[in-house]
Amino acid sequence: MSLGAIRKVAGAVFKESVRDRVPYSLVIFSVILMAASFLMSRLTAGQDFKVIKDLGLATMNAIGLLIAIFIGTGLVAKEVEKRSVYAVLAKPISRSSFLVGKYAGLVVTLAVNLAMMTVAFYLMLQYMAWTTDDWIKQGWRAPADDPRLLLAIGLIGVQLMLITAVALFFSTFSSPLLSMLLTLAVWVAGHFSADLRDFQAAVDSPAAAAVARALYYALPNLDPLDVKNEVVHGLPIAWPAVGLGVGSVLAYIGVLVGGAVLVFNRRDFK
Amino acid sequence: MLAIETDGLTKDYLVGFWRPRPYRALHDLTLAVEPGEVFGFLGPNGAGKSTAIKLLMQLIYPTAGHARILGRPVGDVDVRRRIGFLPENPTFYDYLTAEELLSYFASLFDIPAAERPARVARVLDEVGLGAERRMRLRSYSKGMVQRVGIAQAIINTPEVVFFDEPMSGLDPLGRRAIRQLMLGLRDRGCTVFFSSHILSDAEALCSKVAIVAQGRLAAGGRLTDIVGVEVLGWELVVDASPAALELVRPRARSVTALHEDRYTVDLPPEAPEAALQALTAAGARVVSLNPVRRTLEDFFVQHVAAAATREAPQ
Repeated sequence: MSLGAIRKVAGAVFKESVRDRVPYSLVIFSVILMAASFLMSRLTAGQDFKVIKDLGLATMNAIGLLIAIFIGTGLVAKEVEKRSVYAVLAKPISRSSFLVGKYAGLVVTLAVNLAMMTVAFYLMLQYMAWTTDDWIKQGWRAPADDPRLLLAIGLIGVQLMLITAVALFFSTFSSPLLSMLLTLAVWVAGHFSADLRDFQAAVDSPAAAAVARALYYALPNLDPLDVKNEVVHGLPIAWPAVGLGVGSVLAYIGVLVGGAVLVFNRRDFK
Repeated sequence: MLAIETDGLTKDYLVGFWRPRPYRALHDLTLAVEPGEVFGFLGPNGAGKSTAIKLLMQLIYPTAGHARILGRPVGDVDVRRRIGFLPENPTFYDYLTAEELLSYFASLFDIPAAERPARVARVLDEVGLGAERRMRLRSYSKGMVQRVGIAQAIINTPEVVFFDEPMSGLDPLGRRAIRQLMLGLRDRGCTVFFSSHILSDAEALCSKVAIVAQGRLAAGGRLTDIVGVEVLGWELVVDASPAALELVRPRARSVTALHEDRYTVDLPPEAPEAALQALTAAGARVVSLNPVRRTLEDFFVQHVAAAATREAPQ
């Protein structure tokens, strides 16, 4: 695997996605959603900042997820389907460098999208702070430009990196539609990890409980990476759980990308 | 050292959803291509041409056998620095321009950034896309995409280039330009391996051909040996009156009326002078006289038909 080749492929993915208007339409859509939350917050006396922060972070998460799933699942599958992969793989680049480059390119695209949404988000919060009376501000549990928001956004970014890796993994051997469904399933299950763990308390069937437990161990746990609630309401963050969550998700990404490389290296492009 | 060699190259695909069974797309292909020649890899649709080229590019893996390019195994990433490849009906990234795409591919060959713009411009001019270089590929016609495909295959000044159906989607002018380009590549020492089912292209370009049919090598050899120099007959076109024509009819194999007083006379291989003298003496005007030789098409049809007969269920 060559770092230079990975960088070149990532650059091409980024350039291609910058030209493709879909991700940026979604970013604009997210800014509109955040603006709508701004209007809505005006109707909820005293809760305005919480509503804006809550909706803003949720919007970023949802838009990022859409981009990661839609582009991630097509990243390899569409190249194979359209056969554009033929000309690239005949160049002096290994299949693993190509695949990792594709992944890195989409992660960079997501990071740029997330950064754009973050800037829009902070600008709106600053405007709100500027138009709010001081006596109201004294009642806030967290400042308008709370730096902990960046942590919540960063952790959304880590989740998106994982979802992109899941999408990439599935897209190396299945159709874009099936990959989309499977990736979405992993994301949903990742947020209900605790329910899977405690499934035996809800059902009588030991077999179902065993399957749920197996899924609990096999699937990534995204709950520790979701600190939106703590940040919005000014609550303390469980740092050890977050650290462990980030570590395990990064390891999971490594396994998924490695698995995708193994599958892709053995694949016939008919 | 051979430019391309394959030894017993075989590829099975699994077909069927519930009970997959192997289907042999390519059977025991053994080829040797000398450096600097234009090699035509011919066959009808579905004969196994693209399968063989994909095996050479390692886009698929062989069931048996092996292949080498420039003396190195096809899986060697470094050997790809020295080769070019045009896939059949290529597609590229819609949102990039031809210039950006070629610059990206040039970077994969580690061509220095300072050298890339001039190299890209030269290659795009060579395939006739100089004026459209800054248009996005999504707005290109099929023929233009084919030209981009050819341009990307030669961006690294390859020693061996593989063209899978290079004339596909090109108009007559485009085909002529690409033929010139392929001959130009040959003249600078590049080995050109191209697949086609258009025999006139092969006849105009190749020094050697191989014909595949039903996944097997049906025949091959030097084009001069295949088409031969032996005259099999003469095709005479004359403007003649019916009375003048009657003078040559006994020695002709056939006479076909073209229009008004113009006829095509199919003469046997013996010297045609006597027929010509008789016609001109009777006031006929000779329009043309051409020798009839064995064509690549005759050879192709003979071997493809023979392969189909062998494979037909008894």
